Amino acid sequence: MAIARRRALLLGAAALSVALTATACGSSDSKDSGGAQPASAADLQAALDTGGSITVWAWEPTLQKVVTDFQAKYPKVTVKLVNAGTNKDEYTALQNAVKAGKGVPDLAQIEYYALPQFTLAKSVADLTAFGADQLNSSFTPGPWGSVHAGAKGVYGLPMDSGPMALFYNKEVFDKYKIAVPTTWDEYLAAAKKLHAADPKAYLASDTGDAGFATSMIWQAGGKPYTVDGTQVGVNFDEAGTKKFTAAWQQLVSGKLLSPVTAWSDAWYQGLGDGSIASLVTGAWMPGPLESGVKGGTGKWRVAPMPQWQSGAKVTAENGGSSLALTEASANKKLAYAFLQYATVDAGAQSRVDAGAFPATTKQLNSPAFLDKQDPYFGNQKINQVLAQSATQVAPGWSYLPFQVYANSVFNDTVGKAYVSGTTLDSGLKAWQEASLKYAKDQGFTVK
Amino acid sequence: MVAAVPEAGARPAARPSAPERRSWTGWQFVGPFMAVFALVFLAPIGYSIYLSLFRTRLIGGTSFVGADNYTEAFGDAQFWSSFGRVAAFLAVQVPIMLFLALLLALAIDSGRLYGSSFFRIAVFLPYAVPAVVATLMWGFMYGTRFGLVGNLNDAFGITLPDPLSPDLVLASIGNIVTWQFVGYNMLILYSALRTVNPALYEAAEIDGAGQLRIIRAIKLPALRGALIIATIFSIIGSFQLFNEPSILKNLAPNAITSDFTPNLYAFSLSFAGQQFNYAATIAIVMGVITMIIAYAVQLRGMRKEL
Repeated sequence: MAIARRRALLLGAAALSVALTATACGSSDSKDSGGAQPASAADLQAALDTGGSITVWAWEPTLQKVVTDFQAKYPKVTVKLVNAGTNKDEYTALQNAVKAGKGVPDLAQIEYYALPQFTLAKSVADLTAFGADQLNSSFTPGPWGSVHAGAKGVYGLPMDSGPMALFYNKEVFDKYKIAVPTTWDEYLAAAKKLHAADPKAYLASDTGDAGFATSMIWQAGGKPYTVDGTQVGVNFDEAGTKKFTAAWQQLVSGKLLSPVTAWSDAWYQGLGDGSIASLVTGAWMPGPLESGVKGGTGKWRVAPMPQWQSGAKVTAENGGSSLALTEASANKKLAYAFLQYATVDAGAQSRVDAGAFPATTKQLNSPAFLDKQDPYFGNQKINQVLAQSATQVAPGWSYLPFQVYANSVFNDTVGKAYVSGTTLDSGLKAWQEASLKYAKDQGFTVK
Repeated sequence: MVAAVPEAGARPAARPSAPERRSWTGWQFVGPFMAVFALVFLAPIGYSIYLSLFRTRLIGGTSFVGADNYTEAFGDAQFWSSFGRVAAFLAVQVPIMLFLALLLALAIDSGRLYGSSFFRIAVFLPYAVPAVVATLMWGFMYGTRFGLVGNLNDAFGITLPDPLSPDLVLASIGNIVTWQFVGYNMLILYSALRTVNPALYEAAEIDGAGQLRIIRAIKLPALRGALIIATIFSIIGSFQLFNEPSILKNLAPNAITSDFTPNLYAFSLSFAGQQFNYAATIAIVMGVITMIIAYAVQLRGMRKEL
């Protein structure tokens, strides 16, 4: 305990010195930063010394300890951590608060895919004024790219990340002598082999998940979304998307996917009893597996994400959140001081210790993190696989500035492919049309 | 009234002022009700109408658009397909439910049922289960993997059709709604039957009428008013269908679209799409349609009665 605290303090001191130099360079180029005033590290320190109260909206459980530690370190500061709902629910509450002009928190947890929406609406502040643009070496490329939110500024600091990997049930794989697939071709073959050997078992479950589909297209090198300010383009008729649909359509048509919806009770049961034998998802998955699938203890392992080309090393991100400073915050300096503490300073370490997957290079490369053995995964050093994935994320992906809405109609369109004769390609075409119609309705220029 | 007289000469508008004063006494009595009524009923409707005249966009902000939202709603294929779905639901589910409720009410009222008060409570009990809980419960039973349907499949080695597939999900929702509301409607009808003067039954028996004849000649005419009420409630309930599809959507995301019913469509528009103005428009259009249909049923029912 004492050691942990000393280490935390040391880390905090180190990060603060980084921040000092960072803000020294960054404070000059902050002209078009909305309402945020340029602030130096000295200003932040002054804000911390003066004290005050800030409100943070987040559903991330590891933040609680960060708040406790922060308040112990800066007794004059009160941080109110509020769980205003998980993802969509929080976004709705946040949008309503911004619209009403009151009750807006100082900081809010916003997932990467949703950040552009808040950036566009100018609900979140550009952190360049605080020198956040100098933090690029502190974060891994995937999350760092995401907090730019398709614009030039920095609209939040990464809290965690979801570089993708293949989670698989080794017991099932061994039983049916299935080799861990390294390419998507091998993955398809494994799906057929497993389902043929045991008609109740499936390699994967999928009933249409927008986040998964977009991440798969991302890994395949697709760039269906082109966003330039208020100009928006959506085009799923492109090479990356075709790679994904060509492979995945075989699983859908061949009924090789378990028709169980993710996060349902049946899904957790399936992951435990071996009827869903693998998952391709973000690096945050160990937490939900360990807490939700107790029956899988010792059976699960982690392998690199299957590749489109044999020998390639390309991954994508799935999920992950940033913590963003709202434009309406009345105490931006203090809020930013906490933001920095929670994401790059001592808070980053404390959250990793509590099970979050880091977005910071420092934690990601630390031997303690990499060499951690997890009994749930048969003492495999899973973080080595996951950390490697974080460095291989394909660059250049961007989400729509209204991805929250687009994802909400994914199952209306692409979902049809899972329950009727529609193909994924025509489902994606319908999704494209629905997204573009919304874009036009919302006043975007459609490319 | 006498007190009003001296003041009467003070102003030219003397005469109208007296009844006006009197009417205030009445207003004081209805005042509290009117205040609450205005606050929780009229104000939200007024605000919705106000909202429906504007359009807020991510780019460009809010602008007054007059009746544009209404024009869009009338040409909105998504809206009309969801309307068609609840209309079909209404046409099939409501007659089945009311017919069952009628049979049950007549059975209980016949006095030939053993343990009729237990039977009455048992049929009514599902109504006491909150709709959300009921839907979750049925959702589990409908499950083809771990639910009742799945167990039946395993136990008998059969393959029942998936109740949550796109073709069957509306019927499955109808089943939940029928289970929930048949007891409620039965109670409305049963209480109407209790108001029938027993002398009529005695007279009928003396005239040699059998039970079926008594049902046709006495009970059914006596039930007409209650049936109309139950029908109107059911029409409103059908058009407002929301809880059941909204909860089952988690289990069957591809079978239940975000525009499955008009209410779900309005909900998705406003909470996922930030289109509050258009959602308000849909709500108002749907409210007006419901009113027209409910009113038409009432008029028709009353004309028959005369």
